[in-house]
Amino acid sequence: MKNKVFNSFDEAVADIPDGASIMVGGFGPPGLPQNLLGALIRQGATDLTIITNRGDQTNAKANTGHLVELRRVKKVYCAFSASPHPSQASVFEELTESGEMEAELMPQGTLVERMRAAASGIGAFYTQASVGTELAIDKETRVIDGKTYVLEFPLHADYAFIRADTSDTFGNLQYDLTQRNFNPVMAMAAKTTLVEIEGEIIEVGGMDPNNVHTPGIFVDRVIKIPPAPEGLWTLPSDRNS
Amino acid sequence: MTTADKKPLDRQTMCSRLAMEFEDGWIANLGAGMPTLCSNYDFKDKDIIYQSENGLIGYGPLAKEGEEHPNLVNAGVQYVTLRPGSAIVNHADSFTVIRGGYVNVTVLGSYEVAENGDFANWKTSGRKGGGIGGAMDLAVGAQRVWIAMEHVTRDGKPRLLKRCALPVTAVGVVQRVVTDLGLFDVTPEGFLMREIAPGYTPEEVQAVTEARLIISPDLKPLQVT
Repeated sequence: MKNKVFNSFDEAVADIPDGASIMVGGFGPPGLPQNLLGALIRQGATDLTIITNRGDQTNAKANTGHLVELRRVKKVYCAFSASPHPSQASVFEELTESGEMEAELMPQGTLVERMRAAASGIGAFYTQASVGTELAIDKETRVIDGKTYVLEFPLHADYAFIRADTSDTFGNLQYDLTQRNFNPVMAMAAKTTLVEIEGEIIEVGGMDPNNVHTPGIFVDRVIKIPPAPEGLWTLPSDRNS
Repeated sequence: MTTADKKPLDRQTMCSRLAMEFEDGWIANLGAGMPTLCSNYDFKDKDIIYQSENGLIGYGPLAKEGEEHPNLVNAGVQYVTLRPGSAIVNHADSFTVIRGGYVNVTVLGSYEVAENGDFANWKTSGRKGGGIGGAMDLAVGAQRVWIAMEHVTRDGKPRLLKRCALPVTAVGVVQRVVTDLGLFDVTPEGFLMREIAPGYTPEEVQAVTEARLIISPDLKPLQVT
């Protein structure tokens, strides 16, 4: 089977062009692809579209918020686009307020379902989330069995950046605890999926098929995170940094 | 009663009052911030299954400092622990739990609640952006939507309103509200005040409430038991 192992993060992101759309996984530190983001920051691609839970954060060594601060992002699809208090306003918020960058905000369940629809060849779906809110103002609605639903369309992307625990050389993946979050859905939804691996990259045949969380057919490039300081890790003790 | 007895309820009392009504075996989703205090209530032999947007089903208490697992957080990105019988799913499946109606109760924070059951908790006035997270999904998917919030804003403005002034999170879904002044049910006629902070009179609570309160004939002091 094809060997998808890349030896460096810089090599893995080298071909990502300006204008690319990228899904960025993770929920809090678990599953956040910091090493791929770090390499993309070094690589220089700009005019990016990012699809992620929240795009304003810089509370990791490399996060979507850093790309935003570098003015390299034109649009973000997300479930959080502002902090609860204006006093904590981020560069993300300044850029969206000024119109320099666009943010499309949606319910988190809609965000993941739109990616799942893209992954599964579903043309659109109806959901009750956001009915009656300002998010649904220009959207098509339909009453089904007496309940109002709003029509939502798939979210596709050129690339997905995710993090997992273990991979084999073909890209079959296992996640550790809540590292899983958006990552399996993004792996299926994007055209090209890049995965940074916290644990081991093992030989094909070494992973029990019963315990594969993301099949390797959805994965294109796997890279082992080197030990710190070269590799970017987030530890609980970093929580205040 | 002396004035020394009269003070707004503290946040733990507010959340414990809601938690008292959780039933054995319920799946509960607690919003970030104040609502997480519901889990501090002593449920005795009641078994409550906490569910979190990021795919955790059945998690336990917060991890002790130094014992955190780097890949185990709840929706508030707090390091938590697992209980025997817990499960972890991906985000799409996690929102199946939420949107599919499997969550028995969600307790959320809010800026405003209206007497028609609308609430607003994702966007403050005058800003383009906001933070929705899973709130709109929980609001339409959970079997019960309960709110824990202070009765008035920092500027003393009412939060229990006739209609929400801020952009709403969902329409007509809130069933129960606890504030630092009492416990309220949303009924077809409006807010029914069932319990009141000890030392307060219904008139005093009404004075800081925009919506008209219906006072329960069985009005009791709010107490955690």
